Amino acid sequence: MSSQTFPSKLLENAVNEFSRLPGIGKKTALRLVLYLLRQDKGVAVQFSDAIRQMREEIKYCKVCHNISDTDVCSICSTPSRDGRLVCVVESVKDVMAIENTQQYHGVYHVLGGVISPMDGIGPNDLSIGSLEARVKDGTVAEVIFALPTTMEGDTTNFYLYRKLEPYQVKITTIARGVAIGDELEYIDEVTLGRSLVNRQLFSTTL
Amino acid sequence: MILHKIFVINYRNIAQADLQFCPGINCFVGDNGAGKTNFLDAIYYLSFCKSFINVIDSQNVRHHSDFFVIQGQYLNGDSVDEIYCGLRQNQKKQFKRNKKEYPKLSDHIGLIPLVMISPADEMLIMEGSEWRRRFLDSVISQYDKGYLDTLIRYSRVLAQRNQILKDADGNPPADMLDVYDGQLAMWGAMIYEKRKAFINELLPVFNHHFSNISGGAEVIDIHYRSHLSGEDFELQLFASRQRDAQSGYTHRGIHRDDLEFTLGGHPLKKEGSQGQKKTFAIALRLAQFDFLTRHQGVKPLLLLDDIFDKLDSLRSKRLLELVGEDHFSQIFVSHTNRDHLEAILSGIGKEVLFFDVANGEIKLDNQNHHAS
Repeated sequence: MSSQTFPSKLLENAVNEFSRLPGIGKKTALRLVLYLLRQDKGVAVQFSDAIRQMREEIKYCKVCHNISDTDVCSICSTPSRDGRLVCVVESVKDVMAIENTQQYHGVYHVLGGVISPMDGIGPNDLSIGSLEARVKDGTVAEVIFALPTTMEGDTTNFYLYRKLEPYQVKITTIARGVAIGDELEYIDEVTLGRSLVNRQLFSTTL
Repeated sequence: MILHKIFVINYRNIAQADLQFCPGINCFVGDNGAGKTNFLDAIYYLSFCKSFINVIDSQNVRHHSDFFVIQGQYLNGDSVDEIYCGLRQNQKKQFKRNKKEYPKLSDHIGLIPLVMISPADEMLIMEGSEWRRRFLDSVISQYDKGYLDTLIRYSRVLAQRNQILKDADGNPPADMLDVYDGQLAMWGAMIYEKRKAFINELLPVFNHHFSNISGGAEVIDIHYRSHLSGEDFELQLFASRQRDAQSGYTHRGIHRDDLEFTLGGHPLKKEGSQGQKKTFAIALRLAQFDFLTRHQGVKPLLLLDDIFDKLDSLRSKRLLELVGEDHFSQIFVSHTNRDHLEAILSGIGKEVLFFDVANGEIKLDNQNHHAS
């Protein structure tokens, strides 16, 4: 797109800032900015305050690295949650996804990514040391791997397994296989094959 | 399965073509550079979602235009399949079956089995091992969906391992190599078993075709060479770590597999005559044809690009005997000389249709007459 001429430098600045965001181009940025301009002044102020406050005051939980308003996040500090059960996930988004299932009452450990040397991410760039320390403490009874099923997710699983194995903690991984509601004929061969290999006793599914 | 109609716009040097084919033998006749091979390539494209001439799609769009379309109608018994492929410059390629777009291109590969025999097949014999691995991969992935997925995973692990080797400056972290070696061993073993099984099954069929076409008693063989046939693969990876670290590259694994072709116990590449090499390559493709027929229960389309030129008349005749025996289904042939081709195909007892190709334009030859 050829460079646009803006009637105002202030407008241009705002558009440039919006267009830094992922998935937002110049045209969308202009539309959003003009929308904010049409609203009451209070709306724009509230909007910018929320962003500034979020950026300045947000914390990462000391224990699990989840995003938090306090030093220890609301999940880690809830007494009714089972601190002996630790679910390892890639990002905060995964914590939210698992929380939405309402099936899990343990705590989390957010790695902040998966190992991928091609993207410049090695084990030291992730919060693996602090996971090891948690397990070493002896308060953890079971670690659940809930990482993506990509090759990088597998690599990270293997790596963590080798790190944690010496501590004699129970290590599990979430089940992989047929999704609920799927017709078998539409399932890819790899997933279906794996589901057969890892079949389970029917009585345990009741 | 037969290709009943094809519709092409702006593909390579073809401006536009709208053709109906016969279920027998369809011949594209024209001078060198007229576009015969481009037509075969368009048919190839609809089976493999890519060109065999040039894998860079942007270069397959006709000069001075910004998109191409290839559309084919296939008949298989009573069922009709419309395959559409469209590419606009700088946009994602669209591939549709019966107006429904595929979520991923690999879902389509295998639906319309196709075997092509072309002069480029000699690369299989003369060139580096990647050509032979590509042959293995392209045939196996046509009937085994899981194979491609496993191969992609293996390649990805390999790329990550190599990255560590490069980044580490001669001293890669052992704990990371442990992880990658374990994964390479797991995926590598699956690929090795599939390649081995494929070659074992292909070999007798290949031998049959070779002796049939050559008419001689030469002893030929294919040996599958892989590091994985030796001692435990993970141990091999472990043993070569130092060397790998120095060169920033993984030396052991199925990415170094090769097929060794021999004639009378000697390497074909060095000892074989031109004719023997050509016969070898054709026999390999015919074996592939039989293999796919058996595994998919459908006879693949057969494309013969300029091959009668290169074979002596005796070998051509033997190949055509197979054609006459209903060994194949629909065939597409390209050739430079109409009279020569007509002489070769005379008396074959199959419907033959001639198309004239010149400057990227193609039309039905007005002198077509059907063999009785």
